[in-house]
Amino acid sequence: MRTDWTIYVTFLGAGLIMLLPRNAKNLIRWVALLTGVIGLGIGLQNYIAYNGWVDANQPLKDGFWHLANVAWIPSLGVHYHLAVDGLNFPLVLLNGIVCVTGILFSWNIEERVKEFFAFFLTLIAGVYGVFMAMDLFLLFVFYELAIVPKYFIIAIWGSTRKEYGAMKLVLYSFIGSAAVFIGILAAFFAGGGQTFDILELARHPIAGQIQVWVFPLIFVGFAVLAGMWPFHTWAPTGHVAAPTAASMLLAGVVMKLGSYGCLRAAMLVFPSGLAHWQWWIAWLGVIGILYGAAVALVQKDFKFIIGYSSVSHMGFVLLGLATLNRDGMSGAILQMFSHGIVASLLFAVVGRMVYDRTHTRQLDELGGLAKTLPFACVTFVIGGAASMGMPGFSGFVAEVQVLIGAFKMSPWLAVAAALSIAVTAAYILNAIHKVFFGKDDEHHGTAEVHALPPITVPEIVAAVMLMAALVIIGLFPSVMLDMIQANVDIFLKGMP
Amino acid sequence: MKPGLPYLSLITFLPLAGSLVVLLLPKTQERAMKVAALGASVASLLLTFCAWTRFVPSAGMMFVERHSWITALHVDYYVGVDGLSIAMVFLTALVTPLAMLAHWKLKDNVKLFFFLFLLLQTGMFGVFTALNFFHWFIYWELGLIPMFFLIKIWGHENRTYASFKFFIYTLAGSIGMLVAFGFLWMATGTFDFVELRSLAANGDLAKKIAVFVGDVNGRFGWHWNVTTFTSVLFWATLVGFAIKVPIWPFHTWLPDAHTQAPTGGSMVLAAILLKMGVYGFLRVVLPIFPSQVAAHVDILLLLALASIVLGAFAALAQTDFKRLVAYSSVNHMGYAMLGIFATAATAGPEMLNEKAAALNGAVLQMFNHGISSAALFFMVGVIYDRTHTRALAEYGGLRKIMPIYAGVLGITMFSSLGLPGLNGFVGEFLIFKGAFPVVTTVTVVATIGLVVTAVFLLQMMQKVCFGPLNEKWQWLPDMTACELFIGAVLMLFMFLIGIYPAPLLDAANDAVLALVRLF
Repeated sequence: MRTDWTIYVTFLGAGLIMLLPRNAKNLIRWVALLTGVIGLGIGLQNYIAYNGWVDANQPLKDGFWHLANVAWIPSLGVHYHLAVDGLNFPLVLLNGIVCVTGILFSWNIEERVKEFFAFFLTLIAGVYGVFMAMDLFLLFVFYELAIVPKYFIIAIWGSTRKEYGAMKLVLYSFIGSAAVFIGILAAFFAGGGQTFDILELARHPIAGQIQVWVFPLIFVGFAVLAGMWPFHTWAPTGHVAAPTAASMLLAGVVMKLGSYGCLRAAMLVFPSGLAHWQWWIAWLGVIGILYGAAVALVQKDFKFIIGYSSVSHMGFVLLGLATLNRDGMSGAILQMFSHGIVASLLFAVVGRMVYDRTHTRQLDELGGLAKTLPFACVTFVIGGAASMGMPGFSGFVAEVQVLIGAFKMSPWLAVAAALSIAVTAAYILNAIHKVFFGKDDEHHGTAEVHALPPITVPEIVAAVMLMAALVIIGLFPSVMLDMIQANVDIFLKGMP
Repeated sequence: MKPGLPYLSLITFLPLAGSLVVLLLPKTQERAMKVAALGASVASLLLTFCAWTRFVPSAGMMFVERHSWITALHVDYYVGVDGLSIAMVFLTALVTPLAMLAHWKLKDNVKLFFFLFLLLQTGMFGVFTALNFFHWFIYWELGLIPMFFLIKIWGHENRTYASFKFFIYTLAGSIGMLVAFGFLWMATGTFDFVELRSLAANGDLAKKIAVFVGDVNGRFGWHWNVTTFTSVLFWATLVGFAIKVPIWPFHTWLPDAHTQAPTGGSMVLAAILLKMGVYGFLRVVLPIFPSQVAAHVDILLLLALASIVLGAFAALAQTDFKRLVAYSSVNHMGYAMLGIFATAATAGPEMLNEKAAALNGAVLQMFNHGISSAALFFMVGVIYDRTHTRALAEYGGLRKIMPIYAGVLGITMFSSLGLPGLNGFVGEFLIFKGAFPVVTTVTVVATIGLVVTAVFLLQMMQKVCFGPLNEKWQWLPDMTACELFIGAVLMLFMFLIGIYPAPLLDAANDAVLALVRLF
């Protein structure tokens, strides 16, 4: 099946769940899981074919696999155009992995199961669509489709100040969307009013002066969702309010929607605008990196730490994209994948493994969990190591490349960004110490051992999947990096 | 070279496979976990032994495996051993199973302990065999995390502080190293140790760095100085290794980490992890930055001297058995560093033999210290398991109730002290013999260290085994068969090398000469 079937299968799954009886909770869960697995399977199968590891029955055309390209609203020049290339395929795969593991980590949801999984799959389908859309209008439609379920998932199944968090997230997203929408219309008319097609628009560049003003509209509109400083404030509160699976989706894929939108809709279409704003983006990225890390260091709430660390790590993506060289941009795309996995893993530990059992996320109240929940401890240590950029994990390859790329742009950027690595190590170690050891050390054996429910099989399966992804990409980055670089090269060739 | 068994990959990944087996065994099967862990480790030892018998010192890099790995960064999976690393691989293979055996009776979190230990062993093997910075660095960090947890979870009263200190020091060093190699990569496009070495030898490295610096200056309008820039790279790399060795004044993590670690952790830490730092000097610092080493050799010699003398005096002042042994490591690694830096003290072919002797001595000292420090820490562990105190003042007269213990401790102590006939003597003798004509003053001052070493070790022996017996310890049992076995294996090597060091020296000599000729 072609890669775009991931979208249809996932929508079908969501629709099927809507038809199931409300009380058949287990059936609903299994249907959702099956849908996720089929989506991931299609993604993987095509990923292998795309890389030419097996005979592909479909040749690459200008570095793309065009999946569908039919006129949709001909009078407006809107095409239903889907394609994959080295820039979005890693993210399609990421979405599949996060979908399957997110469902597994939501296995214990008992309240309104049907709606939950229906929303969940709708969101996933929308995200698949955004990643593959090659038409600005289509991309925007999918993008909105992904945002709406987000609100409901947080507002209904969330925890701490969930209405506030959900509303803040949606307001920020809508303001971002509005900017994007204006930008898209401007692109359409400035491009001759014929087409919304990204590749077409990129082929016939718009006048430089217009680009300079339209580019930031679209870029910032998307960057809001990527957690770019100073528009990041929705991220920590949103993450904290969201239920586990939703935090995983938020950090794992929704933030990537933002950065991917920046790349595909803004950078590709407006190369001159990009050249004009390049330094601004890079420095905002660096500020985000340092600010996120510093704020994470002083948090008292376990989940806020991970929330702010996401802001910091997404800063690497923006910085890498802004470098406009091969190393930096490839690193940025790899970082999108890597951070998606790491953040999902860490949020799963915090939200599902720890919070669902202890009902607290305060670092001072937790402690000694290494004894009671050893699996959670091991998982967090591995996720934390990947987050720190330990070699052997995907984050290392990504961040090193971003740093090399940043250095080529300006050494100061690289130096400033590299400082954050030490801070990251500090807050991760601090969290490990306080949550998993801490109390146990001070009271030395007298800490009461809570009879916490043991880690369940779905949690173990999902966590192992995520950890395997981290290690595989960490040890064999070529399986992703080669295809990314091929398309980054094409992109850079198109730059003025 | 004709393709054979991929010895090094097998040796490296057997413990990793063992760790997965340990992980998958059911929680209650503690004995099976221990057997699996030991089995994997012993299998590595046997393979290492086979590799050693096939090792040809004059053949350069042996057992080379090279596969294209990350094409985007031009990184190959590239492993091999030569005379500088073969002994270290063997030491790793030998000490790790012994350290695991020292925890045979462990009851607390057995699975995690042996899992981490095997992971650690893979990391250590990898550091000594990898020839490409990229995966070498993965192994380097892999040595760090399991050790952090070994200290953190199974350590003594002050374990949290010690483990964090260890982690942060090593991480700080690693980051500097990473940055330095990032720049080297940008300048040369390779992470390959062997290639960087030949680039440095024929002067291309300096040219490439100059081109790189010129490029940076041109692009950003800066005025970086090529010499300063190279020096910064050199120091960043050097400090990363110096922390691990540790060389004074970067040693302060060591007494805490060693004292707080569980017995097996201290054994491996002292015997192997410190050697990773020294090995870094042989594999990276000297070959890639020969002219920088030569330019700064006076400072480096002074630091080595400070490690020797101050380490010895610090050990003399200790009241804690384990801390004393820890400081003795600073002192002993100082000798190895003296031998290494003496190599760079003069240029050209004059005194080639002397410099080669000093460097040979340093390589031998690495192995020797591995054996004797592992034995010393093990002996501290044996007595700590029984008394739960490490204060020297609490002991005394143990010879009366634990004669075997006193005997083994005595031999170990003499090995560490450098008594002729035991291993320690050969290495230190070569270092002093080689270094004396090259750097006479430093060597003479370093002999103060030798004297103080003898004093603190003898004093330790006296406080533990002689004098009046503390009545509290009337009931102490002597060493068990298992403990004696561990001691006996280590003692066997003390005698073997003390009497017949030729196999080790022959293995290293060609590689050492090649290294000396760089200067």
